[in-house]
Amino acid sequence: MPINATQKITLKLVVAAIGMFVFAVFLMPPLYDVFCELTGIGGKTKGQYEGAAVAVDVEREIKIQFVATNNGAMPWEFSPLDYQIRVHPGEKTAVEFYAKNPTSRDMVAQAIPNITPNNAAEFFHKTECFCFNKQELKAGEEANMGLVFIVDPKLPASVTTITLSYTLFDVTEATAAEVATTN
Amino acid sequence: MAHGPAKGIGRWLFATNHKDIGTMYLWFSFSMFLLGGAFAMIIRAELFAPGMQLIKPEFFNQMTTMHGLIMVFGAIMPSFVGLANWMIPLQIGAPDMALPRMNNLSFWILPFGFALLASTLFMEGGAPNFGWTFYAPLSTTYAPDTVNFFIFGVHIIGASSIMGSINIIATVLNLRAPGMTMMKLPLFVWTWLITAFLLVAVMPVLAGAVTMMLMDINFGTSFFDAAGGGDPVLFQHIFWFFGHPEVYIIILPAFGVISEIIPTFSRKPLFGYSSMVYATSAIAFLSFIVWAHHMFTTGMPIAGELYFMYATMLIAVPTGVKVFNWITTMFKGSLTFETPMLFAIAVVILFTFGGFTGLMLAVAPADIQYHDSYFVVGHFHYVMVAGAVFSMSGAIYYWLPKWSGKMYDETMGKVQFWVAFVGFNIAFIPQHFLGLAGMPRRYADYALQFSDWNMVSSIGAFMYGAAQLMFLYNVVRTIVAGKPTSEEKTWEGAQGLEWTLPTPAPFHTFSTPPEVK
Ligand code: HEM
Ligand SMILES: [Cu+2]
Repeated sequence: MPINATQKITLKLVVAAIGMFVFAVFLMPPLYDVFCELTGIGGKTKGQYEGAAVAVDVEREIKIQFVATNNGAMPWEFSPLDYQIRVHPGEKTAVEFYAKNPTSRDMVAQAIPNITPNNAAEFFHKTECFCFNKQELKAGEEANMGLVFIVDPKLPASVTTITLSYTLFDVTEATAAEVATTN
Repeated sequence: MAHGPAKGIGRWLFATNHKDIGTMYLWFSFSMFLLGGAFAMIIRAELFAPGMQLIKPEFFNQMTTMHGLIMVFGAIMPSFVGLANWMIPLQIGAPDMALPRMNNLSFWILPFGFALLASTLFMEGGAPNFGWTFYAPLSTTYAPDTVNFFIFGVHIIGASSIMGSINIIATVLNLRAPGMTMMKLPLFVWTWLITAFLLVAVMPVLAGAVTMMLMDINFGTSFFDAAGGGDPVLFQHIFWFFGHPEVYIIILPAFGVISEIIPTFSRKPLFGYSSMVYATSAIAFLSFIVWAHHMFTTGMPIAGELYFMYATMLIAVPTGVKVFNWITTMFKGSLTFETPMLFAIAVVILFTFGGFTGLMLAVAPADIQYHDSYFVVGHFHYVMVAGAVFSMSGAIYYWLPKWSGKMYDETMGKVQFWVAFVGFNIAFIPQHFLGLAGMPRRYADYALQFSDWNMVSSIGAFMYGAAQLMFLYNVVRTIVAGKPTSEEKTWEGAQGLEWTLPTPAPFHTFSTPPEVK
């Protein structure tokens, strides 16, 4: 069946509309992530750092502040053991965060990190972090959760203070759903 | 052989005639306009005085959300689709729309979409309460369970809108009468053609946004959920990638309408026709690259703020070209001020005012203060109501005699205009002051120092609401008991193919294409 001009343009427009839908759902989110990663916008930290050890720059001292926040109605007690420390760039430092599940049910949490200022994000390397995994605490259980990091000596000179913030999300239900579907 | 319409309800259910479908779109959108208007009256009644008097804060949030959704998607957009259905075939000399059956479908799914949306008002949990911009996670993690009805409603409304646009593009590109070249198209047709392309490009993005919400809420994905590695700010980018072109979808057909009305009552051809076409295209293009001016407070880097600020301001240039052309068309014309012309002039003045407040909002450092305040509410009502709704009112007065073969009462028309004009300004000028003084939007209550201007604003809003009932009365009265007219040209200065047809426009027109010289 030969198609006429109206059918041709209709077909093209339908394809264009579907294309825009695919663009929105399947391309925009990954593009956004790539864009944020390349530019460091949004203060998202990278995954586990596996670079070689670097020389410690004892001349410089950086103030590191820790912020711990509960998202929404998350009931855990959650705080850094030290709120503020000073480190030299290149120095490997270990700190701990305290968490307690005061409820009477077992829960799973996920901490999401964020760095301020944005342009420090790519120079803040974490070699170990509780945020790489979900944290499970039984009812009433408490734990100290570790973080090991190195501040890159290439950190811009304008940055003297870095604030690392963790927001703790309740992912108990989502995790249960995942387990249910993978079993 | 020409034959009349079918009898009874079947005429409407199975309608494929562009005039019948246009009529249904117009009545449907007007009923949505009254519903959204009723919600606005509830909002303004509650805000008449400080403290909570009439409704609960939860219900207030549902009202602001539903008001915005219904006005944008139910009143303004379908009304212009209705106008396009009626006028595009008449203005390009086509016998009907290119895809009459799809036309029927795209209209008839609309009532279902809005029934889904409105039914949430009667459900447990209530209607959507997260604002018409439905930012995640408010619309996902914290949404009432009825959010799924909202999502499917938006899917249906979006599908309708995409089908309507495809129909318009196919009609304009393929069904023009011989000799009707692109650069002879009336501006209403041009602006709608460009709008239709915008719709095909961004309605699927809106559908994508609500689909991602659906997945996050029901299927455990984390597009917008930070706990799972997603990002709520991504939602805002996607929404405004749709949302900013959307505001031009709303205003461009309105620009088309007043580009028809002003030359008629100035008895002069439109000044700068081709620059109008290029300016419209430029606005459409720019609308895709300025979306983050709605997001200056999300912590964008300075380079982003600067880029979106200057790009947004750039839109004022083609917009200024249009305003210049309208004014120059009137310059030294032999002007008369019938009701459609009054509405058109009001659009030029009030829309320009709204454009200026838009420019103020585009100044990134200043917007940190204005953002999410009543100043923004003032801004977008000047462009959407005084821009789109006023030109729609003008369009109805302008073409109703041609459609119905009856003349409206000029005095009643003018009275309605003035009540609407005065009411509108009393309602919305004070909102700018309130916003600058620090009153945030979307709250059910306010601090005492905002009392006076809120009361004034509410009084103006009631007046504007009353003007719409007068409008309904005028239209019904014209159709039922208006003075019959059979003049081909209702307006002495009118140009264009629609005015070569008999009045009232017969059921079938241009079955043989006219010759355009
Ligand atoms: C010169 C033209 C315009 C400029 C420079 C402009 C600029 C802006 C800016 C910067 C904002 C964001 C304010 C904020 O949230 O802090 C805004 C909001 C808005 N504008 Fe415009 N605008 C223009 C024209 C229009 C037109 C033509 C329409 C619609 C017909 C429109 C509808 C809206 C709406 C609905 C919002 C608020 C959205 C919301 O947050 O609910 N604007 N405008
Ligand atoms: Cu915008």
